[in-house]
Parts: sequence; structure tokens; C-alpha cells
Amino acid sequence: MSATQQAVKRAKYKTTVKDPGTPGVIKLTLEKLIFKPNDPTSKNKLEVDFRLIKSHKHTKEGSNKPPWLNLVHSQGSYIFEFESFPDLHICRELVGIALSKHVETTKVVSDEQLSSSEMTLRIKLLQENSKLQKLHKELVASGKLTESEFWATKKKLLDQDESRKLKQRIGFKNSLIFDTKPTSDGRINQVKFQLTPEIKYQIFALKPAVHQAFLNFVPSKMSEVDFWNKYFKAEYIHSTKNTIAAAAEAAEDEDLAVFLKDDEILENEARKKVRRVDPTLDMEADQGDDYTHLPDHGIFRDGSKETSEAQNTLYRRTLLQDLNRQSEVVLEGKTLDIDMEHPRTVAEVLARRKQESDGVIEEERRNRISKMAQIEDLQAQDDHPFAPLSIKDPRDYFDSQQANAVKTLDDSLAGKKLRCNLSSEQVYGSLRESISNIKTNGLKHPLLSPEVAFKVLSGLTKNISSTKSNLGKSSQESVLDILPNTIKEKLLDHWVCSQELLRHFWSSYPVTTQSLVNKARRLNDAITQINSKLEEIKVSAQSDLRHQVSLVVHPMQQALHAALVHYDADDKKRTAKGPKPNGYV
Amino acid sequence: MKFTIEEVTVYFPYDNIYPEQYAYMIELKRTLDAKGHCLLEMPTGTGKTIALLSLITSYTLSKPQSPIKLIYCTRTVHEMEKTLAELRLLHDYMVKCIGPAAKMLALGLSSRKNLCVNQRVLAAENRDSVDAGCRKLTASWVRALAAENPDVPSCEFFEQFERAGSGAVLPPGVYTLQDLRTFGKEKGWCPYFLARHMVEFANVVVYSYQYLLDPKVAAIISKEMQKESVVVFDEAHNIDNVCIEALSVSVRRQTVDGARRNINRMRQEIDKFKATDASRLRAEYNRLVEGLALRGDLPAADGWLGNPALPDDILKEAVPGNIRKAEHFIQVLRRLVQYLEGRLETENVEKENPVSFVFSILNQAGIDQKTLKFCYDRLHSLMMTLAITDTDEFLHIQTICDFATLVGTYARGFSIIIEPFDERMPHIPDPVLQLCCHDASLAIKPVFERFQSVVITSGTLSPIDLYPRLLNFHPVVSRSFTMSLTRDCICPMVLTRGSDQLPVSTKFDMRSDLGVVRNYGRLLLEMASVVPDGIVCFFVSYSYMDGIVNSWNENGILKEIMQHKLVFIETQDVVETTLALDNYRKACDCGRGAIFFSVARGKVAEGIDFDRHYGRLVIMFGVPFQYTLSKILLARLEYLRETFQIKEGDFLTFDALRQAAQCVGRVIRSKADYGMMIFADKRYSRHDKRSKLPGWILSHLRDANLNLSTDMALHIAREFLRKMAQPYDKTGGTGRKTLLSQEDLEKIVFEGSMNDMLY
Repeated sequence: MSATQQAVKRAKYKTTVKDPGTPGVIKLTLEKLIFKPNDPTSKNKLEVDFRLIKSHKHTKEGSNKPPWLNLVHSQGSYIFEFESFPDLHICRELVGIALSKHVETTKVVSDEQLSSSEMTLRIKLLQENSKLQKLHKELVASGKLTESEFWATKKKLLDQDESRKLKQRIGFKNSLIFDTKPTSDGRINQVKFQLTPEIKYQIFALKPAVHQAFLNFVPSKMSEVDFWNKYFKAEYIHSTKNTIAAAAEAAEDEDLAVFLKDDEILENEARKKVRRVDPTLDMEADQGDDYTHLPDHGIFRDGSKETSEAQNTLYRRTLLQDLNRQSEVVLEGKTLDIDMEHPRTVAEVLARRKQESDGVIEEERRNRISKMAQIEDLQAQDDHPFAPLSIKDPRDYFDSQQANAVKTLDDSLAGKKLRCNLSSEQVYGSLRESISNIKTNGLKHPLLSPEVAFKVLSGLTKNISSTKSNLGKSSQESVLDILPNTIKEKLLDHWVCSQELLRHFWSSYPVTTQSLVNKARRLNDAITQINSKLEEIKVSAQSDLRHQVSLVVHPMQQALHAALVHYDADDKKRTAKGPKPNGYV
Repeated sequence: MKFTIEEVTVYFPYDNIYPEQYAYMIELKRTLDAKGHCLLEMPTGTGKTIALLSLITSYTLSKPQSPIKLIYCTRTVHEMEKTLAELRLLHDYMVKCIGPAAKMLALGLSSRKNLCVNQRVLAAENRDSVDAGCRKLTASWVRALAAENPDVPSCEFFEQFERAGSGAVLPPGVYTLQDLRTFGKEKGWCPYFLARHMVEFANVVVYSYQYLLDPKVAAIISKEMQKESVVVFDEAHNIDNVCIEALSVSVRRQTVDGARRNINRMRQEIDKFKATDASRLRAEYNRLVEGLALRGDLPAADGWLGNPALPDDILKEAVPGNIRKAEHFIQVLRRLVQYLEGRLETENVEKENPVSFVFSILNQAGIDQKTLKFCYDRLHSLMMTLAITDTDEFLHIQTICDFATLVGTYARGFSIIIEPFDERMPHIPDPVLQLCCHDASLAIKPVFERFQSVVITSGTLSPIDLYPRLLNFHPVVSRSFTMSLTRDCICPMVLTRGSDQLPVSTKFDMRSDLGVVRNYGRLLLEMASVVPDGIVCFFVSYSYMDGIVNSWNENGILKEIMQHKLVFIETQDVVETTLALDNYRKACDCGRGAIFFSVARGKVAEGIDFDRHYGRLVIMFGVPFQYTLSKILLARLEYLRETFQIKEGDFLTFDALRQAAQCVGRVIRSKADYGMMIFADKRYSRHDKRSKLPGWILSHLRDANLNLSTDMALHIAREFLRKMAQPYDKTGGTGRKTLLSQEDLEKIVFEGSMNDMLY
């Protein structure tokens, strides 16, 4: 979230939708909004704390309505008409932040410290999802569940959003230096360069000198178009590989010289970076140690070394250097992903980023050397319980690992040594062993007796078939559709609510800590409440609908009953002070 | 693990060991026992360095009565860092096993540029100005001035180091350059002088080749090393080139102009001193009359670069009378510079031997051989007398004097070649007068004579019998090890034809053929689409790389390649190359994948590893022959033929193939690693070329892979990568063991079956 702390925009303030509006300036900060009408005599001055604002609405871009922002407060609402939708979006975002901040401070979080980002995320989720909001209100606001308990089962939603935020950024294309090549149609004496915001951004990243020049020159000295014209002129001169011409041009036009000269910023950066480089590849240090090659010592021209033409090196940027630089930039990746419509802002943001990311990594460098020094396969082999993945025959591999998996799961065998490579006979043997183990000892945790399971299954299927026959042929139709809307809504709400409660209820078993005891008790109460409400609905339903209602309510009540029964039984057991702490029979 | 080799307990910081490492250690141990020199070739990726370090330190530990110092020479600073990192691993392990008794002092030594912590001095751009900046603050006369006048700046680190006197010592441990700097900053002592001081007491010193081989540097740094030292030259396949470069000097027009400026400046200084402090000049004169009192008790900070001639060849006698007086010496220098300038004005290539060159100097400039010989010492003395500290400004006259001293000292093994322009760029006049050494044995001779054992080792020393001849020494052990691989983790291929089935080569007549360029491009493109992570490409020269990358750019292949991977390139600017390498590694680490373009014989090929995912494929485009028309090369070849009966063609091929092998060998670091190597030139399929490759590559080069086209190579690459992705048994399973645990090792030693393992 790019945190713009305030916004000042022209807008019309309307008290109602019909009101033509008072033109003026609106100023938004994170704390309050201030509206000053252009006409100082006008009474429509505003200064409102965001604390008093309940919510905000706005018109959609593309709808035929003008850009309106509607801030709802307890007595009504303030409506602002902006000049354009981008203005509206900026303000809307700010209002969103301000409101969420405000909500955050008022909300009492019982038992956990939340970062503001997490909080805003939750709020956003609630705002986006009205059903969730309803449920939240129902359960948390009434104290049936605490905030953290509520969100604990919604981890997935939170995570999803997190991952959406951190999704992979698109890096630079590894072809920039090819993309900015001039194209010529061959007929007229003219070349064309392509320039997109993306390319501009890449140019800034590639050439800090151009970036710097842009910050210095635009718009104070020249317009953006002029700037790019100049830049590409320099590029073109450079592409002709005529260093003498380049030198001449640079001498004439000092702005142009900036583009043609070697990049000083880059050089300085390189010098800084080279100090941090892994010493096992530091060739600069090596040069500093080489006394044989004092100037003119050693063999100068023996055919193995090459002399470079040292003329006009100032204006000779080679393709090789460009390639190195390009790859470096691609490797570093994009450091920001805002939309690149305004090169000026991009340039500024880039400049800010640069300063931030200058940290020293001496420690890591040393670790790397000592790690590099070791010869891996001379060291003792790590005794991993699993063999390295083999793609030779996957079935073989998985069979052999199965045994290990069983063993690691089974705590009683923890003392036994695990082996990586098993033949199929051994696997078979271990499988048989574990089967016979189960035969003699039985499974430790009988989750459900078969009789009960059968009963439940037949009960459920019976219901299905009976409703189906009652309701005729259409499979789309359901019992709920017959019911009047009010009852239907109510039922659905209760359904969602009871589901949520049940989920929490069952997840709090086995009860091992005091907080879980409390939670179970709270949930038990809530379940009883909801149960009675359902009963009410059933009773209050009109006689012709009663059957259908009870049909729908019955399984819900059954589920709730099961929970209640379980709670009672468990409660009794716990108070009865037995050696078995867990809820198993 | 811990094991014994013939009564020496060897500490090895890993739980397993490769059999070749064990065998390597045995050979090394025998060399040390025999107090002789050895030549060991072991494939890259078998842990040479750690085997070396661990045997030699363990050996020293087992003989406490006669401790041996280890002088470990690396070619580059980054290799120094790697070596020290491995040594630290070993040191930690040994201390863990034995306790404090195993503590030793090991340090890396480099130039002021890499060790200085004084921000003011460090601000200088290059090495020479850092050196000069340091001297401006630490030279004895500057310090004497500073003691009287607090306004004269001095270096607080050096002053504190001096004040600490003999108390300034490094506690035992392993110190990389960074550690030295940190320690120096903490204590407020100059790390550079501290390190130079500690070199004498250290158990292990790691520094660059030239600190031993180049007399200019060795005279300053390595003078005090005791005879009971083991000198190791790691990655020594290029050692002959280092040796000849150490004794070569070239004079260009800039040198002559600069030298003239230097002479004028000295002239002014002399006049100034005459007016103000004539006693100084007189004192110098008297000193020179008495004999040569130059070296010896100089303060460490005053010494700059030593005499370019080898220690044995420096005359220990008084400076000849005609240059004792400062003005006379200046006159001699003027005449010498004048003469050299005249010689530079030639229009043809001239080649001369030192004897006739010295003779013509005598005739035309009136400077005799003995005077020439003393030029360096006389200049040095004068510069001290004149209290000149900005030595970086005086490099030109230094060059001239080095040249004079060398040409006056050596009559054999050198030649003087004057070229008016580079033959590859005849339109640019750039005359150069080169004194080039052809005899690699000259520079290394003092090292062989001085130290007890010299170990020359590398992954590529084939043919191994050539090196003793080139360097003129007699190794007690000379062995080439093969590599016992657990699986075929290297896959060398010779690609002779492109995707259109036409031959590819960088041979002179085919080099600029667009078809070849395109075929090379397609090869890389296809490979980039199937090979994961890093790919390294080596080209035969910078200009060739520049040309081919530009044409790939023009015909769009480069763009296609870059859709698969990022591209990084070695340039002649080291800073840029270093950063490119760093980014390349990052790109491989993060899974983006990258291609590195580099040059055979370049700085990257010399010492950067592309192990593991940093290099799954290396493509050698062409055969990296030297520029065979180079006059210097021709002169060297002639010398080699006359002196060692080495045929020109043989030497050229040997040289090209050792470079190629060196390039492709960068991809393997351990037996768990894997990589492909493509030799993309039709000439590699010829037996005479191919057979010069080291054995460990040849043994994996299958006959089927000797003559491939792009599509076939692609198929092989796919198969290979799929095979390598499978899990495998690292110990080599039931057959030959390729990874030994302690148990295995004991069993083998007991049975005495080590040889069966290896051969």
C-alpha cells in the first residue's frame, strides 16, 4: 500500500444528491477531512474527524454518474463531486486507510497483538464479504467467540490474501538492449525508437546516469519529449560505433555528453560493490598483488596478451559492458511495481529505493567462503531417514519410502533405526508386520463404531429420498425454495451460524487447557441458544409449511444435539476425575 | 579422520578420503623424507590442496625437533583465500584432536593495496599509488621529520606498530587477508608490516608466486625464509611463464618520456639539496666509495622493490666510480634514455642478443656493462638520498634501470626485440623495445637451490617429463595420478561439426566465416536450452570473443540465448569482471541460470572455479594457440629448440592444450560433482592434438564422442544430465572403492593393496 499521507483535490461539496454543490478544495489527511469552499463567504465549510465517519461509498468509473464520494456519518452523508475519477480514486484510497485506521484503534482486541496490516486485511475481508461480516457480527460482537477464535478457522482466507499480495513480480525482460534498437523502414532517412513506460523504467534501472539526468533536467531544463529525443540521439550515435563522432557531438552539446560518457554513478557503485565481493573471486585484489606486471615489466607483446586500443575510451561503451549491466539489472529484479505512467515519479521512487537498499553483508560473505572450502562428499554422510528422490522408477521409490513413513508416524518405533534403501521384500515384510501389529493390538483410536456409522448413513439417505419424493421431479428445486423468503433467510443464517459454532465446538476437543474449557462452555451456551431459536422457528411456522421446515431444521438440530450431548458427557467425565483426560471412550 | 603414513600421523579434516589423495600424500611424504623436489599431477576435483596441507602440517608436527615451514604459493589472491579457508578447516580439526599443541600460525601475505587499513592511503586508485601513499607516511626520513614537526602527517597504524616493537605479534591461528585487516584495526597496528614481520615466524605462509620467483619482490619479502622450508607451487602448469615474465622488461615510448621527466625532477632535487643540504649528497658519495651499503639494515618501510636480477648474480662490490656522483649518474641515465629512444625509432622488427646490445650501448652512449649492471642499485641509493617518496611517479625511470641492470647482467637466455607496431594492428604505431627472458629455469633456480623441498603440482602437467627440462631441475618424485571415479561424472566431447554438418574451427582461415560463427552460436543456444544452471564458455582471445558476441548480437542468436539464461562476460576491466562473476554466481544460486563468457589464458581461466551448479557445462570454442607470429614467441621457440631440443610445433600444441585442459578442468571440484566439457573445434579430433590432453580427461573421452555434430552432442548432453541426476553410492559400491573411510583405509594399509586400488 503506497502510503500517501494526504491528498488535496478540487471538488464540489453537496449536502444532498440533488444539490448542485459548492466548488472548493478538499484536503484529506489520515485524521480528518477539511473542505474549504472557493467562496470564502460560503457557509459550507467542513472540518470533520474521520472518527465520525461511518463508511464511504463512491460511484463506479464507467457508470454514467459523475465521480462522487459519499462519506456516511451518523446524521447523513457528505457527498463530494470530483473533477475526475483518478482524483476520486486517490481520495477514496486515503479515506479507506483513514477509516480502517480509525476502526483499528477503537476495536478492542482481547488477546492478541495484531499488526496494522493484518488488521486492515481482516477489515477488508469483512467488507468484501457481507456474509462473513454478518457472521462476524453475530458471533464475535455478541461475545460467543473471541476475535482470534473467529479468525483461527479463517486462516485460509487470510493466507490467500497474503499470497495474493506477495505474488511473483514480473521481472525485467532480458532483452532490453535489443528492444531499444532503432528501426528504420529503409526508405526515408529516419530511424525510429520505441518507447513505452516499461522501457523507460528499464532505462532508468540500467543507466543511473540517465536516471540522474532525468531528475536534474526534467522538467526544469527541458521537456520530457526533448529529453528522450536527446537520449535516443545519443544512443544512435553510439550504435554507429563512431567514437570520434561521439566525442565531437559530446563536445558540442553538454547535455548530450551526459548520455555518451561513461556512467560515473555506475563506476562508483561498482567500486563499492567490489569491496563486498566474495574474496575467492576477487580479481581486483589479485591485480593489486601483481608486481610482475608493473607498468612495462613482464612481457608486453608475446601474442598471448592483447593490447586494447586505448583511444577515446571515454566514448566507447562496448556491447560486452552493456550485456553485463543488463544481466545484472535483470538479476536484481524490479524493485518496485507501481504503474509506470509518470516517469517522473518512477524516477523519484527509484532514487529513494536506491538509498534504502545499501546494506553491508560481511557476515554472509564469510560464511560463504567457509562453506565453499569444504569438499562435500568427503564429509560423513548425513543420515536422512529418506533416500534422495530417484526418478528411475518412481514406484520402487515410493514403496521403499512407505515403510519409513509408517515408522516415523509410529512413535513407539522411534528408537528403531531408519533405513533409506529398502528392497521390495523388506517393504512387504514391514507392511505385514504393521498389519499383524494392528491385528493383535487393535487400532488405538477407534473413531466410530460401525453400527453408529451405519445408522447415520441410513438416516441421512432416508431423508434425502423422502424429500425428493415429496417435492416432485425437479432436482433444482429444494425444500428451501418452497419456504417464504424471510424464513428461508433466517434459516440460512442460522445454518451458517450453527455450522461455524459446531466447527469451533468440535475443534476445541479434547479439552486440555482452561481456555478451552471456557470456550467449550461458551460454545455450549451458544449452541443451546441457537437450538432454542430453531425450535421457535419450527413452532412458529405455518402449519402447511411446518413439515418442510422441520425437515430442514431436523438435521441441524440433530447436529447441535450431538454437540450438546457430547458436552454433557465430557463435562461429567471431567468432573468425575478419571485417569483418562481425553474424550475417548 | 586420522591415519598413519610410515610412522607419521596424518590428520585429515574429513571423515572420508579419496584413494588418490592418500597416494598423493604418500608420494609427498617420500619427497619430504628425501629432502628433494617433486612434480605431481593430480586431476582437478580430487582435493589436492587439502591433501597437501594436511600432510605437510602433520609431517611438521611429527618432527618437533626440526620444524619445517610451509611456503605455499598460489597464482592469485583469490586462490590464496581459498587455500587459507581450507587450512582453517584443517587447523580447527587438528586443535580439536590434539589440543593446543597443534596450534600454528598461518597467514596470507599480499600487497599494501590489499592489506592497508589507513583510509587516507587506501583512497588511492591503484596499487602503485597505495604503495607510494604508504611510503609518504612511513619512510624513515618522513618519520624523522614528523617526530620534530607534528604537522607532517604520519600513519598512526604504522607508528603504533613500531612502538609495540617486538610485542607486536600475531597469536597463533589462521589469518586471511580480511582477518589480518580486522586484527590490525583492532590493535591499531599496521596489518601489512605486521604480516611482513610475522612471515619469519609463521608456520605456514601463503602468498603469490612472484613473492618467491620475481627477484624484485623476493628480495624484499622472502629474504629471511629458512632453508628448512617446503615450497609448494600450486596450479603450477603456467610456472614457466611466470618465471620468464619475472625477468622481462619492456620499454615503450611512454616509458622513455616518463623517464625523462623523472630525470629532470631528480636533477632539480639534486640542485636543491646542493643548495641546502650538500652534506647528504657527500655522505652518499662516501658510502658508495666504501662499498655497497644499500641493503641490509634498511628499515622495512623504506625498501621498495628489489634488484631485478637474481640474488646470486648481483655483484657484491663497490659502485663504479663514474656513477658515484649523483650528477654523473644523471648524465648516464640521460644518455641511456636517449639511446633507447633512438632504438625505438626503428621501422623494422629488430632482434638482438644482449651481448651485441650492450656492445652498441657502449659504442653509441659510452656506458659500459658494469655501469649498466649497477644502474638499479645506484638509482635506488639516489632516490633514498633525495628522500623521494612518491615512488609511483618514478616507475618509468625504475623500468629503465631494471632494463639496464638485466641487460648488463645476463648474456644468455635473453633477447632484445624491437617492434615498431603490433602486427595485429599495423595501423597504430606503438614501438616497443622488449628484453625478454626465454629461460624459465633462471628465475626458479634460486628457489630450487635455497629450499629443501619444492613441490610443483597442478591438475595439468602433461606431458610431465617436459617440466623438469623447462625448469632444469631433478625431481626425486615425478608422478601423474589418474582419477578413480565413482561414476562417469565428467563427459568430455569433441565437437567437430555444427548443426549444418559443416566443420567448425577457430583456425585462422575459418575464424571469420559466418557459417562457423553461426554454428558456434547455435551450439550454445541448443545447450543453453537443455543444461541447467551455469554454462561457461571459453574463447581463444578477447578480440575473437568480442567479434563473435557482436555477430551473435547482429544475427539475433544472442537474443535467443538470453531468453534461456543471463549472460555475463569477462572484460579487460578487472572490477567489472569481478562483479560479473559475482552476479553470475548469484544467478546460478537463485536458479535463474547464466552463461559466462571468458577467455582462455585470461584472468578467469587462471583461477576461478566453476564447480557444482556454477558450471555444468564448459564449452571451449577453438584451440587456444598463442599468436604464433609473435616475435617474442618465435624467439622463445628458437631458444627452446636449441637448448632443450623441443620442437616448435610440440611446444605450441602443448601450450595450447594445457590451457584448454585448464579451462575445462574448472568445472569439477569433487567426485560428487559432475560436468560436461565440449571441445568445439575440428582440430581436437586429430590424435596429435588430443593426445596432449591430461590423462584424466582422455580416459573419459570415449571414441564415440570424438567426432560429434551439434545435434549428436545435444543428445549426449541430455542423456548425461539425466544419468547424473540419479542417486548413487558415493563409496563406489562393491567394485573399486573410490571413497575410503577410516576402516577401509586401515584395511587397505594392512593388506598393502593400495596399488591395486589405483592402477
